[in-house]
Amino acid sequence: MSARHLVIIGNGISGITLARHVRKMDLDTRITVISGESDYFFSRTALMYVFMGHMKFEHTQPYESWFWEKNRIELKKVWVQKVEFSENVLVFDSGEKMAYDILVIATGSKPNKFGWPGQDLEGVQGLYSKQDLELMEKNTNQGVKRAVIVGGGLIGIEMAEMLAYKKIPVTFLVREKGFWDNVLPKEESELVGRHIREHHIDLQLETELKEILSDSKGRVRAVVTSLGEEISCEFVGLTAGVSPNVDFLRNTELKVNRGVKVDAFFQTNIPDVYAIGDCAEFENPPAADRRTIEQVWYTGRMHGETLAHNLCKRPVPYQPGIWFNSAKFLDIEYQTYGTVPPKWDDSELESFYWEHSSGKVCFRMFMNTAGQILGINNFGFRLRHEFFDQAIREKWSGEKVIAKLDKANFDPEFFAPYYMEIQKAFKEQFGGNFQPAKKSFIQKLFGASV
Amino acid sequence: MKTIEKIGLGLFLIGLAVFTAVPFLGNYTLSEELVLANTKDIHQEKMAEILAPMYGQEYGSNFSFLSAFGENFNTYNDNLKAQQLWDQVIWDDYGFALAKAAASSPVRDNPWLWLGLSIGLAALGGYLYNFRQYSDEPSGIKNNGIFHSKLKNKGWLGMITGGYLILFYILLYWFPAYLVNLVWMVEPVSKLLSGGPASQWFLYGLVYTLAILVMGVRMFRKYRGNKYQQLRTASVMFFQTAFAFLIPEILVLLNQPYFDFKNIWPLDYDFFYDYQISTFLSGGGMGMFMLIWGILLIIVGVPVFTYFYGKRWYCSWVCGCGGLAETVGDPFRQLSDKSLKAWKYERWIIHSVLVLAVVITAVTIANYFSGFSFLGNVTNQLHSFYGFAIGSAFAGVVGTGFYPFMGNRVWCRFGCPLAAYLGIVQRFKSRFRITTNGGQCISCGNCSTYCEMGIDVRAYAQKGQNIVRSSCVGCGVCSAVCPRGVLKLENGPEENRIIDLPIIIGNDSIKLNA
Repeated sequence: MSARHLVIIGNGISGITLARHVRKMDLDTRITVISGESDYFFSRTALMYVFMGHMKFEHTQPYESWFWEKNRIELKKVWVQKVEFSENVLVFDSGEKMAYDILVIATGSKPNKFGWPGQDLEGVQGLYSKQDLELMEKNTNQGVKRAVIVGGGLIGIEMAEMLAYKKIPVTFLVREKGFWDNVLPKEESELVGRHIREHHIDLQLETELKEILSDSKGRVRAVVTSLGEEISCEFVGLTAGVSPNVDFLRNTELKVNRGVKVDAFFQTNIPDVYAIGDCAEFENPPAADRRTIEQVWYTGRMHGETLAHNLCKRPVPYQPGIWFNSAKFLDIEYQTYGTVPPKWDDSELESFYWEHSSGKVCFRMFMNTAGQILGINNFGFRLRHEFFDQAIREKWSGEKVIAKLDKANFDPEFFAPYYMEIQKAFKEQFGGNFQPAKKSFIQKLFGASV
Repeated sequence: MKTIEKIGLGLFLIGLAVFTAVPFLGNYTLSEELVLANTKDIHQEKMAEILAPMYGQEYGSNFSFLSAFGENFNTYNDNLKAQQLWDQVIWDDYGFALAKAAASSPVRDNPWLWLGLSIGLAALGGYLYNFRQYSDEPSGIKNNGIFHSKLKNKGWLGMITGGYLILFYILLYWFPAYLVNLVWMVEPVSKLLSGGPASQWFLYGLVYTLAILVMGVRMFRKYRGNKYQQLRTASVMFFQTAFAFLIPEILVLLNQPYFDFKNIWPLDYDFFYDYQISTFLSGGGMGMFMLIWGILLIIVGVPVFTYFYGKRWYCSWVCGCGGLAETVGDPFRQLSDKSLKAWKYERWIIHSVLVLAVVITAVTIANYFSGFSFLGNVTNQLHSFYGFAIGSAFAGVVGTGFYPFMGNRVWCRFGCPLAAYLGIVQRFKSRFRITTNGGQCISCGNCSTYCEMGIDVRAYAQKGQNIVRSSCVGCGVCSAVCPRGVLKLENGPEENRIIDLPIIIGNDSIKLNA
């Protein structure tokens, strides 16, 4: 019997993690990864750094090109046009066909477009793929006197930073009352908002895009906002979220809603067809605080790890552990562990918030009414993943977490020991049977001031 | 670019142009008195005779002077060599001393003025260019545009810079006679510090130190808000200025042996050479202290400090080569090769140099204690080979000249025998490691790109592993440029220093031991 042929559509973090882990566990399976986007796996999250000249595109590729042949992972650069599920065959846009035994759909996302008038004009684009990056380089190469970004989120702020690198003034339209306030509590959202403005980015909250206006050549000339204001601009970034990139699978036997419908084992309605990463939509959320579509780098990686295990060893359901995520807003690093709602009911949750006088460093911890930790947000300093994974899993009391906060600190040596101030603030607010740490001799001598 | 930066850049370029032009100024006239005054007693008579045709002639440039000198001198030596009269051949190179003595130039007449116009303007310009960088931006590390730069991404500016540096090093090490005007320019500074005349090494030391100081200011600006980088930079600036530059000169002023207290064998490869040992032994209590201090650093200092802090305590906080790499070389750190192939070459080459240095030293010491009966003068040949190939060509010409081609740590990474020694300790017995923050890596590649030692940091970080590598100099830049705060330099317990988890935090689906 010839070895089974595993075909993965998409060479993002999910697809590649899957391929690597399958190869680790199984030497026989023939593995093919298909992508029309790029020759090799690259880190999508680093595209902005290529634009800003921090890195070359090759630097975003975690593996050298010999890696794939050495691990017998076949790469095929082609776009998939359609899948003939009944015959287990893929059809490429070149007309070529490829048979598979197991198919994994890991096609990721595409930027949302909500039917704005003018959304397809030249100079209007989202940012997700390598092609988007190339387009953005072309679109911003010259003659852009102002850019407008629509939608406040991580891609939006990245785009703003990229445009700022090119010294293009940016107007940032955000529908909500605060930046990313469907994820961040008010204080954090304001902190990021202040920082955005500090970078001379014109952040306009509670403002929506109404229409994109064209010049005579079919290029964007201006946008009209919900406030009726017309803003002249030569570039528009659409960053109001992303949605699963599954259009080529619609109207087939495959069950597709917003994304490809999968169970907890990433199994679709068709045997031997799976979906992972951004493009998969769970029947039921994997955990109480999770959504049915997970569009985060880390979850993509875990999907890949889990499905590889399922294909090679034995099926286990996808069970994410304690939630975590991180980002960087211009210069401010952000990490979050556990459950941190943007809005909450004071009778169900206790929130402890500390903000440094600089207005750029803050810490928030949520506790249940019993005082047990549920989750944290931290901005402007670094906290240890293992520590909070354990604390949240074991439901430590907030007091215990704060008392041991020095152990959670992940800042390099000589950085300001913010945890001391946090400990003091917590003790003042909530009391607690612990002594806030004091500066050591070395910290007094060389440490940055808090 | 703001006005003040433009002015700074302009001044720097003027200073550089003057510096480059200075060697070509003035003329050269040799006389018998000068020859007698600048040659060893045993050669005086002969040299005076050989060079007689040159007396009283005015040479308009260093080229014509040195070619006339070479012609006369080599004719004499070649004759002897042809007759195999080896013991009569004059091996000493008097070119530098005689050119220096014979030079008469506006530079020699007005050294302070020319010093100000060349090195002074360059340093001032560099300072003006650097000291306000990023002043209108919030603190944060900006690597903006590095790969769009003509200088920092092997563009034509980088090629020119590298070529200039290589040429300068070649002249400095092997043809210093062409640089005598530059040496005259720093003569008064040398007189001020040590009371002695300046050599090309003094010129080099001065330029080197100023380069570290000026580019150190750039480091302070670039890594604003990063206390680790600030302190580390201040440290290399201090050690270069005090330990490598001023203290040795002051020792000479006080009639003590010239000694750099932070330079450690085998980087300081001549530490155990016979002439060095005799200097120590004849240097009284101070000389003895230097000898013992040097040996203690090698056998106690290196292992103990490296055990507690990793090799960074030396390589990126103290070392002079490291100091230059971390300041002047910082704009080029992203050019180091991260491929597996480069790593393979690196391990072979650096450990070969270590073995070579150890063997040569062992032979030298054995020879010394056997009263030179063991190998006679052969060790001198070994020394000159090592000094040429490793000490000059590798450490100097390649080590620094290749900044714009292969990154700023070519020497440290591929050649430095001390780095190899520190690295072995660091790899096998140290509390130092770079810690990865759980599962937070997004494989973006900033860490690997900006690793000057060519370590593929990301390869570890994306697996959630700690990074334990012998080559890591602990500069901390991977941690500084990581957009997710995933990396941190740490001294911790030896247990769990190396971890290798197939599934990192965050995924409960798979039980490792089930």
